[in-house]
Amino acid sequence: MSDVVRGLSIALWFSLLFLPFSGFRNVFILFAVLSSYAVIISSIKRYGNPLKEKFQSVRRVVDIGVRPVRFKPLIFCATMLLLLCFPLLVGDYILDVAILTGIYSILALGLNVMVGFTGLLNLGYAAFYAIGAYGYALLNVKAGFGFWQSLPCCLVITAAAGCILAVPALRLKGDYLAIVTLGFGEIVRLVLNNWDSLTGGPNGITGIAPPYLLGTSMAALNRYYYVTLGAVTVTYIVISRIRMSRIGRAWVAIREDEIGASSMGISTIWYKLYAFAFGSFWAGLAGALFAAKMRFISPESFTFMESVLILSMVILGGLGSSEGAILGALILVMLPEVLREIQLYRMLALGTGLILIMIFRPQGFIGGLRSGT
Amino acid sequence: MFFQQFINGLTVGGVYALIALGYTMVYGILELINFAHGEIYMLGAYLGIIFLGLFTATGLTSSSLPLLLLCSILLSILVCSAYGYSIEKIAYRPLRNAPRLSPLISAIGMSIFLQNYVMLTQGATDKVFPHLFGSHGFDLLGARITYQQAFLIILSFLMMVSLQLFVMRTRMGKAMRAVAQDKVMASLLGININSVISLTFIIGSGLAAIAGIMVAMYYGLVNYSIGYIAGIKAFTAAVLGGIGSIPGAMFGGIFLGFVESMGAGYISSEYKDAYAFLVLIVVLLIKPAGIFGRSTEEKV
Amino acid sequence: MHLLEVKWLSKHFGGIKAVEDVSFKIMGGSITSIIGPNGAGKTTLFNCLTGLSKQTKGTIMLSQRNITGLPPHAIVRLGIARTFQNIKLFRQMSVLENVVVSQHSTMKGGFIDAVIRGSRFISEEKAAREKAREFLALLGLDHAAEVPSYNLPYGDQRRLEIARALATEPILLLLDEPTAGMNPQETSGIMDLIKKLQMLGKTTLLIEHDMKVVMGISETIIVLDHGVKIAEGPPEKIKNDSLVIEACLGRGAHTV
Repeated sequence: MSDVVRGLSIALWFSLLFLPFSGFRNVFILFAVLSSYAVIISSIKRYGNPLKEKFQSVRRVVDIGVRPVRFKPLIFCATMLLLLCFPLLVGDYILDVAILTGIYSILALGLNVMVGFTGLLNLGYAAFYAIGAYGYALLNVKAGFGFWQSLPCCLVITAAAGCILAVPALRLKGDYLAIVTLGFGEIVRLVLNNWDSLTGGPNGITGIAPPYLLGTSMAALNRYYYVTLGAVTVTYIVISRIRMSRIGRAWVAIREDEIGASSMGISTIWYKLYAFAFGSFWAGLAGALFAAKMRFISPESFTFMESVLILSMVILGGLGSSEGAILGALILVMLPEVLREIQLYRMLALGTGLILIMIFRPQGFIGGLRSGT
Repeated sequence: MFFQQFINGLTVGGVYALIALGYTMVYGILELINFAHGEIYMLGAYLGIIFLGLFTATGLTSSSLPLLLLCSILLSILVCSAYGYSIEKIAYRPLRNAPRLSPLISAIGMSIFLQNYVMLTQGATDKVFPHLFGSHGFDLLGARITYQQAFLIILSFLMMVSLQLFVMRTRMGKAMRAVAQDKVMASLLGININSVISLTFIIGSGLAAIAGIMVAMYYGLVNYSIGYIAGIKAFTAAVLGGIGSIPGAMFGGIFLGFVESMGAGYISSEYKDAYAFLVLIVVLLIKPAGIFGRSTEEKV
Repeated sequence: MHLLEVKWLSKHFGGIKAVEDVSFKIMGGSITSIIGPNGAGKTTLFNCLTGLSKQTKGTIMLSQRNITGLPPHAIVRLGIARTFQNIKLFRQMSVLENVVVSQHSTMKGGFIDAVIRGSRFISEEKAAREKAREFLALLGLDHAAEVPSYNLPYGDQRRLEIARALATEPILLLLDEPTAGMNPQETSGIMDLIKKLQMLGKTTLLIEHDMKVVMGISETIIVLDHGVKIAEGPPEKIKNDSLVIEACLGRGAHTV
């Protein structure tokens, strides 16, 4: 009985909290929903012990997570085959979403290097994304360089920016590091927004050219899809291989215990710098791809929310897992597109989702906290 | 000119200080950056407007306006404190023993939730605070100080002094300091940790609510996104003064207010927001422990 | 020719003199124990020797080379490895992975090798894994190679710490309370291991509270109290030293 009372009083509490903002009608609805939920949960608790057991056992199976270690090459080939045939199977709209998913996959993979492998929380990753995008945009529109010519430059500049951010970040512990990266992200956005002569300010840069391959434009959706697919594949392979090497192991060691890592001969300063440079490098690639696809960029695409979104993808998939990062990107790009009607609530859902994941399943879907040998 | 910027800086600085206090107290106790704290400030601003609107809509005359204002402020503080208490219980308490990354991300999630919740229920356009004080003021040392500015400056100082007295002189304040220093020991001495933590959030939220209403009064406009920027700046102020130190947060807030005013007045007002970030990065580079903080070596 | 020479080493934390003017020499191939009541500065001394803490005064010489103030990873590369009193394993990694990671400084594979995965890379990785298994076998842990290290029982965790330190291929091994929490069998195992390592040419410096270990394998004992060296010499001499007895009387030192 007291469970129900407790549940109802909690429902009442929240309804009262929301009253000043929502007005009576909405609050009644909310109260009704919460009360019914409370009553249902209490009933389950009282009568549903066998039900609970069943639920728990299901949970245990899910907890084991996805471990296709033995079948990895097979799954990889099958996936690649499917992805290669993709444009033949779907329409333009889905292809467009797929390209966007690809770009975000690269971002998530890159951020995963910093946050997942090395444990360096970066809340300003969108800044590197922006530098890559604006790098290509400026080189193309102002200096006339083509996509493939600008790309190496973009990548180098972005990685250098990563090193610059690394300098203050190297000596700071967890929370402070996060705030500095956030500050960096904001400073970059402010500069992009206000340095009108160089970046066009809030109006951004227009007229960016797409990549050309052997004289033909790759702007067409299905062609651009293959460009993106190629980029994602390269990113995934390179990052996975670095992960399963001495470098990757050093990063994970730093994440697990920095003092222990340095006592085992790993130069934490050098490898953290490495993580920043390597992690930001891929954001540069994603940025250039983004600019080349949209043909127009503005500072609005590179806000703090963007950084949080990319971070959410990494968390959702499981910190440290490359496959998880791609899955996270897939979910967080596809879901809003698929559920267009509730587009308005997507940020609300993201906020709620982050809290729930942290409380109930911090290891994400694939649970990627294993290192590699 | 200089003194004018000084007064402007003091006004804004008081606001930052009040918000910074919430950050520093929570960090001192939980070692958590309460990302959602900036949103409490935003909620306070909105609630002030909402309650004032409710009261004036009942058709009371303008002579009881100060009373209505006071009631709005008190109600706003009450509701914000309730929010602060709830946020701690929902998003942070379950993660008390989790690795540090988890509550931080949960805090970010809560911040996003609150921002969007207000945007959805109150609309994305600015909300207006009725013009109460008028532009009357007085002149001092070549600067024009409006009565509103004077009121805000006095109010923030009053709050800061009250907090300092509370923390230093009362039993509960002592309990808060004890919990901040050593949670385990404090609980062994019979202090209820959860109550102290909840109280910390309640007080911090109340101060943030006051700051929110002050800003609503001062600028006349509020928007669901003001929490984010003000939150970052206030956090910078807290770090500048030494995170975990209450006098530090007060000093940091006012100092940041100055830096911003001076920067906006003498250098460029476009990059106004950037000054805070630059200060933050400089502080973290040179002395992360802040001005009043102590840098301690970790024992291995 | 001494392997390690410590001269007037001091470490102050604000007003506290954790280590004060400590000097000693260690011969290559020897086994030396550092003992003393809790808080005597033993771990702090280790921290200075391995570069984790910056000394306030004094010098440290390894094979006639001044290593004072070098960062920890550099000191590892020069041949000093240590274990920790509070275990610092890489918890989410498996037992095998912990030891493979520790071979970091002895491996050469770089970025390009990792991406291209040439034969040189593959053979180096394979060799690292095999060597790791050897170290695990040396410490009786090869049955647990795939177990996540946070799942190991306490005694095994301590042994894994030692395996990791050995994997860095040191010439000088600093062991901080290696037998803490172990039963007599495990303790004898560690004593045998240290003696075996001596035969393989390694030098060991250990902090210990277990007097059976200290008296059983040490050639020299150094006694610290309140940061100061109060005695140094072979076990027989230390056993009868009045200062030592005074310092350790009533403290938690095990006696046989």
